This record gives sequence, C-alpha cells and structure tokens, in this order.
Amino acid sequence: MIETPLAHLGDTSAAGPRTFAERRRARNMGITYLVLAVITAVFLTGHDGTAMFKLDDGRSFSLPAQTTAWVAVAMFSVLAGGALWRGYGKLTNAVLALVTVTLLMTFLSWSAAGTSFSLIGVLVSTVGYPTPIVIGAMSGIICERSGIVNIAIEGLLLNGAFMAVFIGSVTTFWIGVLAAMVTSALLAWLLAWLAIRFKVDQVIVGFFINFFVLGLTNFLSKRLFVEHQNWNYVGTLRPLKIWGLHSIPVIGPILFEQTVYVYVAWLLVFGLTWLLFRTRWGLRTRSVGEHPRAADTLGINVVRLRYRNVIIAGAIAGFGGSWFASNVGQFNQNMTGGRGFIALAVVIVGRWKPIGALCAALVFGLFDSLGNKLATLHTGIPSEFISMLPYLATVVVVCGFVGRSRGPKAAGQPYDSQ
Amino acid sequence: MTDAGTPEPATGTARARPLQRLEHIDAKNTVLVPVLAVVSALVVGAIIVAATDIDRLQHGAFGGIATNILDAYKALFVGAFGSWTGISETLVFATPLLLTGLAVALSFRSGLFNIGATGQMLMGGMAAVWIGFTMNGPGIVQIPLAMLAGIAGGMVWGGMIGVLKARTGAHEVITTIMTNYIALALVTWMLKTTAFKQPGPSGNPISKAIANEAHLPKLLDFVRPGLRANIGFLVALAAAVGVWWLFRKSKLGFELRTVGANPDAARYAGMRIGTLTVVAMALSGGLAGLAGAVNILGTNRQMTTSFAGDIGFDAIAVALLGRNTSVGTVLAALLFGALEAGKTRMQLDADVPLDLVLVVRALIVLFIAAPLLTRMIWRIKAEGGGLGLSFRGWGS
Amino acid sequence: MELELRGITKRFPGVVANDDVNLTIRGGEVLALLGENGAGKSTLMNVLYGLYHADEGEILIDGVARRFASPRDAIAAGVGMVHQHFMLVPVFTVAENVVMGVEPTRFGALNIREARREVRAISKEYHLDVDPDAITETLPVGLQQRIEIIKVLFRNAEIVIFDEPTAVLTPQEIEAFFRIVESLRVAGKGIVFITHKLREALRIADRIVVLRRGRTVGEVLPADVDDRRLAEMMVGRPVELVVKKAEAHPGDPALTVTDLTVADADGRLLVDHVTFEVRAGEIVGVAGVQGNGQTELVEALVGLRRVESGEIALAGRNITHHSPRLRHEEGIAHIPEDRQRDGLVKDFTVFENIALTGYYDEPFSSGPVMHWGTAEREATRLVEEFDIRTPSIGTATGTLSGGNQQKVIVAREISRDVKLAIASQPTRGVDVGSIEYIHDRIVGLRDRGVGVLVVSTELDEVMALADRVLVMYGGRIVADLDRATTNVNEIGLYMAGATSAATREHAP
Repeated sequence: MIETPLAHLGDTSAAGPRTFAERRRARNMGITYLVLAVITAVFLTGHDGTAMFKLDDGRSFSLPAQTTAWVAVAMFSVLAGGALWRGYGKLTNAVLALVTVTLLMTFLSWSAAGTSFSLIGVLVSTVGYPTPIVIGAMSGIICERSGIVNIAIEGLLLNGAFMAVFIGSVTTFWIGVLAAMVTSALLAWLLAWLAIRFKVDQVIVGFFINFFVLGLTNFLSKRLFVEHQNWNYVGTLRPLKIWGLHSIPVIGPILFEQTVYVYVAWLLVFGLTWLLFRTRWGLRTRSVGEHPRAADTLGINVVRLRYRNVIIAGAIAGFGGSWFASNVGQFNQNMTGGRGFIALAVVIVGRWKPIGALCAALVFGLFDSLGNKLATLHTGIPSEFISMLPYLATVVVVCGFVGRSRGPKAAGQPYDSQ
Repeated sequence: MTDAGTPEPATGTARARPLQRLEHIDAKNTVLVPVLAVVSALVVGAIIVAATDIDRLQHGAFGGIATNILDAYKALFVGAFGSWTGISETLVFATPLLLTGLAVALSFRSGLFNIGATGQMLMGGMAAVWIGFTMNGPGIVQIPLAMLAGIAGGMVWGGMIGVLKARTGAHEVITTIMTNYIALALVTWMLKTTAFKQPGPSGNPISKAIANEAHLPKLLDFVRPGLRANIGFLVALAAAVGVWWLFRKSKLGFELRTVGANPDAARYAGMRIGTLTVVAMALSGGLAGLAGAVNILGTNRQMTTSFAGDIGFDAIAVALLGRNTSVGTVLAALLFGALEAGKTRMQLDADVPLDLVLVVRALIVLFIAAPLLTRMIWRIKAEGGGLGLSFRGWGS
Repeated sequence: MELELRGITKRFPGVVANDDVNLTIRGGEVLALLGENGAGKSTLMNVLYGLYHADEGEILIDGVARRFASPRDAIAAGVGMVHQHFMLVPVFTVAENVVMGVEPTRFGALNIREARREVRAISKEYHLDVDPDAITETLPVGLQQRIEIIKVLFRNAEIVIFDEPTAVLTPQEIEAFFRIVESLRVAGKGIVFITHKLREALRIADRIVVLRRGRTVGEVLPADVDDRRLAEMMVGRPVELVVKKAEAHPGDPALTVTDLTVADADGRLLVDHVTFEVRAGEIVGVAGVQGNGQTELVEALVGLRRVESGEIALAGRNITHHSPRLRHEEGIAHIPEDRQRDGLVKDFTVFENIALTGYYDEPFSSGPVMHWGTAEREATRLVEEFDIRTPSIGTATGTLSGGNQQKVIVAREISRDVKLAIASQPTRGVDVGSIEYIHDRIVGLRDRGVGVLVVSTELDEVMALADRVLVMYGGRIVADLDRATTNVNEIGLYMAGATSAATREHAP
C-alpha cells in the first residue's frame, strides 16, 4: 500500500565513475598544462646552449636548453590531452609533480644556458630554508583540524624566536628553546581561551596575537637588548651530519647534513601524519574539527580537546620560532618576516595534511632559493616574481582551480553544547 | 512578546515616532566598552613597562617606575596634542588610518573581512605616484586625477578579491593576506623599473618624486608654515561623510548592509549577492587606495616599499574601536593618530620604546573584540554588543 | 530489559511539550510512537536520551530509577538513538564513525583492523551490508543510517530509538530498513520507532502509542485498529479552526504551473513533473509532510531555485526564467517558510524590514537614494493597519514576538498590489491571536481577487483556509481535492503516501 514515488530515481550513487568536481579538476589541469606548453614554447625555446648542473664532489650533468624545452612542450601537450580526455584519477598528483619538475628543469636549463649552475646548493637550501614554515604549518594543522582557525602562527613563531634568544642567552640554548615553547603555548592558550570561552572571532584573535607579539618583541628588544647586549646572543647551531647517511652521494648532503631542526621538522611531519590518521587522539581531533556535535553525542569532550590541541600547537610553533635563534644567533625585529603567513598558506595548499604541507613548503623553499639564485644568473626575470609565487599558488588553490581544497568544516566556528 | 529593555511597555499598539531612528542608543556597548577597552589597554601597557624596567626593579625603585609610566603617558599626550606640531602630526597620522579604517568598516558592515588594506593602499599609492610624477599641470587638475588614480588602483586590487569570492567562493581572509604579499612584491619590482625608479646611483626601490603642483595644500599654514598637516585629512573626513551617507541614505548601502546582516534575506529580497560582494570589496579597496594617494600627495611625495607598513591591521583596529560607524571611526583614527604622533616624544622624554604603542593598539583590539572579557573585568552588565561578524569557515 | 517512562512532564517557556507521559518499552518488541509534528515525540525521546531533563517524572530501567545527565549516561545504560539528522563525520570512513569515542587501540595506535572486524561482524549479524572502509559522505542516505545503527549496536544498546527514520529514505530504503528493524527485534532489542506515518506504524509495530499535544491519547495494538481510526486518534476530533469566509469566486488563472521539475545537485528530483493552477480569487492549499518537495516548489515559483523543466506562468505570461526581483515586480508576494532566515533581517528596524523587498524603487527610493521618510510613514501606517505590536517602528525586528515578526512580513508582502500571494507556513510558531489575524488577511486577499497559494504542514490550517487542496508526496502532487467534498482523513491518507485507488476504499 505504500507508494513508491521515487522508485524511478534508482540508485543515484552510481551516477558515473567520476564526479562533477573530478571532471572539472581534470579539465582545469588540462588547461593549465596546455598553457604551460604554450608558455614554454614561446619563452623557453629561444635560448640555445647547454646548461651544466653541478652536483657534489665534482659530479655534474648537462642539459641542452633548446632540446629540453621542446621535449617539455611535447610532454605538456600530451599530458594536457590526457587530462582533457580522461583525467588521471589517482595519478593526478603524480602527473602534477612530474610536470612541476620538468618545468623547473626546463626553466633552469634555459636560465643557465651556456653556464654552470650549482644544483646541490639550491637543493640544500630548499630543504633547509622552509624548516620554520614546516614546523609552523604543523602547528596550524593541529589547530585547524581541531576546529580553531590559527592566523597567529606568525606571532607564535616570532615569540619563539625572541624567547629562544633572550632566555637562551641568559641560560643555555636548549632552556631557551623550552622557554620559547612554553610562552608560545601560553599565547596559544590565550587564543583558545578567547575563541572558546568568549567566542571572539578567531581571525581577529589571531591578528591580535600577531601584532601583540610584534609590538612586544620590538619593545622588549629595545628595552632589554640595547643596554644588555649579552642578552641577545645565543650563537647558531651547526649542521648535524647523520652518521653513515651523509656520505650517500647527492642525497647525503641534501638531506643528512642539516641542523637538528630539519630532522625534527621531518619527524613532526611523519609523526603528525601517523597521529592524526592512525591514533585515537587523531580520530577525535578530526571529529571535533569536522562535526563537534557528533563527537559530543559520543561522549568526547569537545572543549577540552580543543584547548589541549591548541596549546600543544602553540608549543610546536614556539619550537619552530627558536629555529630563527639557532639560525641567526640573535634577535632582530620582526625576524620571522611573514613566514608564519607562508606557513598558513602551506597548510591550505597542502590541504590540511602534514605531508601535503611539507611538499608545499618544499616547493615554496625551492622558489625562494631559486629567487636568490636567479639574481646571479641575469636571466631578466625579476626575483620579485619568484618570491610572489607561493602567494599566487595559494590564491590559485583556494579558488579551487586545481581541485577544491576543503578545510575542516567546523574551523572558526564557536561550539555551543546546547 | 519580548521586551527589549526599552522604557516603553512592549504591549499596546505602537505609537510610531518617525524621527526616532535609533530606538535605543546602547550607551554601554557603544560608548562605555570602547572607552574601557582603551583604559584597559593603557593599564596593561603600564604593567608591561613596569615589568621590564629591569634597573629600577633591581633597585626596588617602585616610585620611580610609577613616575616613569606617568611621564611616558604624559609625553605621549603632549607629543600628540601639546603643540601645533603635535596636532599637525596627529592629523597626518590619522588620515590614512581613517581612510583604511573606513575601508575595513565598510567591508565589515557588508559581511566581509578585508584584511587587505595594506595591498590596496600600496596599489593606490603606486597609481597616484605615477600620475604625480608623469603629469605636468596645475594642481587643480593633477591632485584630483592622482586621487582618482589611487582610488582606481585600490578598487581594482580589492575588487579582484570580491570577484574571486563571488565566482569561486575563495575566502577573502586568505586571498587578502596573500594579495598583500603579492602587492608588496609587485611594488618592489615596479620601483626598480626605469618607469618608476628615481634617478641616481642608489639601488633602493624608491620612486621618482611627484611634481610640486601635485602636493596637497597645507592645512595649518596660517598657524606656522612647515606643519605637515594637509587637506588630505579633510578628504578623509569627506570620505567618512560619504560612507555615512552610503549606509544611512543610499540604496546601495541598504543592499550592502542586508547582505552583511543576512545573506539569505538578501537573496530572498532579490538582491544580487555576488555583484554586491564585488562592489563592497571594490569600494573598500577604493578607500584604502585613496589612503595611498593621500599619503603620496600629502606627505610622502614618493613611493617606497615600506609605504603602507602594517596599516591593514591598524585599519581593523580602528574599525573595531569605532564600532564600524563613521563617527566612531573618525574618533578611533584620531586616537590612533595621536598615539602614533606622540610615541616619539614618549621614547625621548621617558625612555620608553615607541613600540609600546603597537602593543597598546593590539590590546585595544583585544578588549574591543572581546566585549565579554572587558565587561567581565570591569563588571558591567549589558547584553549583546558583539561585533555581529563572524568567520564562517573556509568555505568549501 | 524493560524501560519505563513514568509521568514525564517537560515544559518549555509558554508550552508544555510533554504532559504526564507514561511509556514502557520491552526488549524484543517494536513500539511505534505516533503523532503529528509538534505532538511532543522528539522531546520525549530527547528526555530519554539525556539531552533534555524532565521537569517531572522518572526513568526506570528494570524497575530501578535512573537519572540521565547526558547522552553518555544513556549510552552507558544501554539506550541508543539514531538521530533524524545523522551524527556522522562526513569525511570519515564507516569504521571510524562507528568506533569514535570507544576506539579499540593497540600499542597506542588505533586498531582499525579490529574496528573493521567489529563493523563487519555487526553488519553481518543484522544483514546491514556496509563496507567499513567506505567514506561516509559518498554513501547514500540509507547506508548512512545503517552506520548510525551500527554505532548504536557497537555500544551494546538494548533499547534503540529511531527518530523519524523513514523521513529521509527512498521507498526501497524503507523496505530494507524494516528488514533491519525486524532482525533487531529478533535479537531481543527494544525498539522505539518515532513516526507520523500511519501505515509504517501499522506495518512494523507490535504496539502503537499515540501522542497528541504532549499527552498520550491511547495505546493500541495494530491488529485492533485501521489507519482511519489511527488518523483520528492522531489528529483528534476535527478541531478545524473556523475561518469566516464567503464562497470563493475563482476568476482567470493567476498561476499556471505546467510539468514543473526541480532537481538537486545530484540530479535527484525534488519536484517531479508538477502541474496545477491557482485562479484569481481562490485559495489553494498545499498539504503534505515536511520534505515532500513543497519548499522546493515554492522556491521555484518565486525564482530562488533553478527550474529543470516545465513552465511557470503568471496570469498567462511565462515567467519561468524571470529573476526573483522581476517576479516581485510582476505581482508575486512571497511569505517565506523560514521567517528568521529569509523573511527578515533581525538586526534591522521594523521600517527597514518593511522596505526590504520593495526598497529598490518608488516610493522607497529613487535613483541611488533611499527615502527613509516614506518607509517610516509606510511602516507607521502598516503597524497601525496590521496591528503590529512594537514599541516603535525603530525597534530591531528581532526583538518582537514571532507573531509580530510574521505580521511585519505579511504586511510588507500583501499591502501592495499583487496578482499572486504565496504563503509558506504562514503561522508557524505564531500565537493564536496572530494566527486568526493572518488567516483573515489571507482570506481578505482572496476576496480582493488575488490568487493565493498556502503551503502548510498543518493540516488544520490548510483545511481552514483552502478552497482547493493539493497534496504533495515524494515531490509529486498526488491529489487535487475540492475542500467542500474532502475531509481530514482522506487528506491524511494521501499525505502518508497512499495511492488514490487505495484511498477511495477508505474515504467516505
């Protein structure tokens, strides 16, 4: 007797192998690759000559600029065709990586045509430079995964840098690092307290913390360091060669002759990936960031978990800030220079995943070291355009051009248990 | 029926009183909380000064600390208002703060977070300086033209954010932060090109200076020549009146307010939310661009990369402190301008680093943004008073 | 296990949601809790699940009084609830959603293998057939509901509450759901099945308890009753609100809808080839259970939702693709379903809300300038005319009572010259005095020669106002009835999804 008015609708879940979003992403990727092929053909095929890329211990390899460019054009066109025709499904990211690397090598052989180029130097700084960004991004990921938007990474890093220098100078380096972690955790607690207890808008709290820290560290560095210059010197950390591994050719010097911060950063990335996706804490954290009410009905204490995670994230960012101390040895005003915001960008470009963020940070690191390198190669490409790339890439990603980047659903929204 | 705490009983047919538009000016929320926020920030600032006065603390000279703090705040006040120079400087600093504060207030009231005043001001400044050094002509032509160019520069840069938001849903908090950096890189590059770079051997990215005709007329020349205050401040005041008119009298303002307060109702009422988003961001960017133009024409005369500084944040602070109203924003900008003008004096007279002002400004934002906290500290009872603005997630 | 609710009373400001309700649930039986929207079913179950606290009465488990301070206590006592709006994290796998909160671990890590095994075991035992590794949001609603069931079973619930479980399911999914319920009963679980669908209650329940206006009005066995008797118990005596109205004099068609189809993003049909007509000077009521396409139909009519196919004509003129603004100008008045969300800006003053839909032209504005003076005069006039109780026209509209907020909308929408008025749930959450007033106004509108479409889930309201009644079910109009010759029971059966042939046998 019960009628079946929707019977003819059938199984809507089997609408097709690919969703609309996937098709759109494949289409956009295809268009992107085509554009890259055209740009490569127009700009990069003109140069003739051979570029020599130097690796360690006198090893090197060479690429003929023109041939490389034509190969790249052909490859991009084929890949674009494939993307437009079918898409690459699970291989999409691999194809993207392939295109990125090819583009970079083509670009490098173009800019270094006729000369030689220390590839190893670029790669070493690519791995080393983004360390505070990676650590800051891990802090951001923990917060956002718990449902608290963290615009304050910059401030937490800067506080860490100051405290590590100041306390580290008065005591010892590692006590300074500890102080950096504790004070940044306190600031993060303030963020959580204002956001959870007073429901203050999290973006505004984040900006408050950034500028409060900027003002305070400027103030304190003048107030304290002018008279007591010995309070502003911790000395730098030297790279730590990992026994055995650092003598691997090419890879050794890139990965295993870095400071301890690099190793910790990588450990954090893989550790956090495991924690987030393989442990009880991670499951609960993600549930609280996506659907706090569902978590609440199952007996998970949303507010307590958010506090705890934000405080831990603060300590991590404080540790990241102490990298500046270890790298420079003293405190300079605003020495983080916006890297906290790049960390935020990295979180988004990496789609709230630690390994994604690491990849994004490495790409940004590559942009940065290339920017420095290009100035010496006289290619005519202004370094400002290279340094712009991370921000441009972020805008492209948030606009969903290369696939929608979806953040934790509950991020930024105060939770009311009633 | 809910009685909203109005003196009149809520029952009984209303006797409508057309002239009484703001039924109850919520004195506690609109006046008391901002004042207490400023006081709280100054108190915390004083505590910071005291706690970092290592020498006096070591000698137990607590009286000296107290005197020092009072001296510092006195110097701050005197530096800002104690002389014609001080007043002039207060006006000079208040001008871009007022314009960018209005920009942010306009975006807030339209339901958008414009964090990008810095980038928009940079773009406006670039456009204005270009007109300023390329054109030769009487000031009466050049000045308005340069200002329009500044507005246009900011409008394009801000409107772009609106387009991205309307077309793709990209959250404006992220896009404005990112475009601030893009703008800075772009300006740095342009200032190195021959089209902009000042002649001379210096490699610094500084632009050519604008023509003398393009300088804004001085405001206080009748008092003493050389005072920097210029009619830029009047332009900013006019903009404040314009924003007031927009939201109080105009159709567009009503639409923007509706979208800001309740996008669903706006859609129901047949308003075009996408278009209004673009318009709101363009207008907001235009105001910030005008700030850039006024700074170039009034005081800076040439473009540098540090030209806009971190004005985006100060603009948020000004808008919040002014509770997004035009009158409030004018007062807040004057206060922040005064802090800016007096801080050097504070550093000289009381040996308190001028960066204290940045700390105090951040704290003002805190206490304004957290009215509940401020009320808790000062134990006042009042309902509501939130910003009516909230981050609604990154979107998907 | 036996669970007893004894003398439960729950009051909310101004309304008694549950009034001395008594209920016993035993293991191995299905109890249907039947009642109209607002009868107090969900409140009662939320009391049982620890989300609300009863003002009076107690909960006994196997004869021992228990207090549930939170859902945690209820879960611990063996009570589980499948919420109407699923409490699932969309991006999690099935297994993750199931174990959340009581995760099995091994060496500190989540033992997802164990979780998977548990899900498979439960899935197999009750024929639930859910893949533990599927991402929740990719599953159809029916499977998502099974995840909720597994969640409850994973926590060893003995009493399982289903809150309107069939509201979101397709007919096939409903069939599958009934089989699951059956296997739960066989396993000895006590099941509470909250519904307002008579036939489903008759089909699945061992006992049926009928709630009306917060009170239990009867407990029956399915064998002893038929759907007509149940409908009467549920709706009560024909307590039709009497609205004084003269004979309708329908004129030319004001609204003609031909083969209209509306779909959601996934291509699911929400309004399914609907054809009907509203003539000038008549009130057409659309009855139906919430969520059967009424909302989407209205949105399509006023231009807020894209039309897939079909045609909408206003007084003979095709307006299918006109913007909402244009339709407003062409003479459609719209009283929206959710007044707080769509119809008003709560922070705005009364006079600003009066100008909300007509602000863009004379007399409220000309060129870029608003004429607030006109808006204030108009508001003053309407406040007077529609008896809107407000301290002043400058008061924030959100501070007015629900009835007066609704009067602001009604005044704004019908005070101008319109051809067609569409009123969705015009009296939802409105006090009795305002209801009468708004009803009178709607009838007055009809007598002025305006075509009126009233959409309401309150059957009483449709009966009171309409000259003609359409019943929507599953996105289709399943009945087009003359008010004079139909009755509540007939409409109720159509609303519950009965086919016309089946209904004829029962209807007098």
